[in-house]
Amino acid sequence: MSIMQHNGGSVIAMVGKDCVAIASDLRLGVQSLSISSNFEKIFPVTERLYVGFPGLATDVTTLREVFRYRVNMYTIKEERAIEPTIFTQLVSSTLYERRFGPYFIEPVIAGLQKTPSGSYEPFIAATDLIGCINFAKDFVVAGTASEKLFGVAEGLWEPGLEPEDLFETISQTLMNAVDRDAFSGWGAIVHVITKDKVITRKLKGRMD
Amino acid sequence: MDVSFALTGKGYVLVAADTTAAHSIIKVKSDVDKIKELSPHLLMAYSGEPGDTVQFAEYIERNIRLYQIRNTYGLRPQSAASWIRRSLAESLRSRHPYSVNLLLGGYDVSTYTPHLYWVDYLGTLAEVPFAAHGYGSYFALSLLDRYHDPEASLEEGIATLRRCIDEVAKRLVVSPGKYLVKVVDKDGTRVIEI
Repeated sequence: MSIMQHNGGSVIAMVGKDCVAIASDLRLGVQSLSISSNFEKIFPVTERLYVGFPGLATDVTTLREVFRYRVNMYTIKEERAIEPTIFTQLVSSTLYERRFGPYFIEPVIAGLQKTPSGSYEPFIAATDLIGCINFAKDFVVAGTASEKLFGVAEGLWEPGLEPEDLFETISQTLMNAVDRDAFSGWGAIVHVITKDKVITRKLKGRMD
Repeated sequence: MDVSFALTGKGYVLVAADTTAAHSIIKVKSDVDKIKELSPHLLMAYSGEPGDTVQFAEYIERNIRLYQIRNTYGLRPQSAASWIRRSLAESLRSRHPYSVNLLLGGYDVSTYTPHLYWVDYLGTLAEVPFAAHGYGSYFALSLLDRYHDPEASLEEGIATLRRCIDEVAKRLVVSPGKYLVKVVDKDGTRVIEI
């Protein structure tokens, strides 16, 4: 079994109408043994930008600390909050620094990008463990249930979803995908990012 | 072959570890203390590669003490756990990584809450209501799923711990004979006879 499957866990992000959503499961395991049902993998970067780290749990914590430091340094030097596109490049180059001994994480980024006119437009992206970026207009998935997430999201997602509908779509997609994956599940957390606020909800899933 | 458990209750954390030192099939000692008292309100049970365990535990113990001497105030459980995790995570990608698994039980004297952290040799850190390492975990975790109560009194907590120890003694082929049990609460750390 690969090191990417060692702790289990999955993350998904979706685009809606003037909003984005990012969600993950809450399981932490060691192969088939579950250790915790409250291990969060999604972290806030700014008020309108979140990042999820599915993969090896030790690197989840390490990368969270690395990006907290690097984003703080950026904010101090530039005297403004980091934008999603720039943060994505930061993620990519940070991971590529470890090209021949990588962090075993496939980050998922979701946020609202400020346009020159002052409005916000949805942005999602994902990278592989060495920082190859995948920009998407609909949804991105990563983690041990990624194949199932692709299948369910392909069937449920549609363009122009309002925040509440997007919440329902991403929740149903995640819940139904992780129920078919032995390494993900044990509840979920969903963040829906809109221009005025972030709606965070914890979901109860199958606990078996 | 080490076995260790820990569980939280109302205002305390119980930590138990077996007391055997084994060299292949030989029991060399049966009174080893594998739970370090890192500070007046922090316990650390360690298991894993013999040699690495003691070396790493002493390194952590001395550095936690040094921090307290330098800053007057010691690290709270959350901060201590973060620092210990980072030590293991940095060690993992070095030439000679430590293979040490830990259970950290602490009582936060500023919020009056007990905390338990599960840490493995990769540097994985998780705050949990109960935890175990070693072969004992396969028996104890399912048992604790059924019987653990975060609001249990110390007596009830000890009874639950007894269940874990008895189950491992009954079902595990290579089960250890003796356990050392320590508790950390508002009054500090102490050994408990069970």
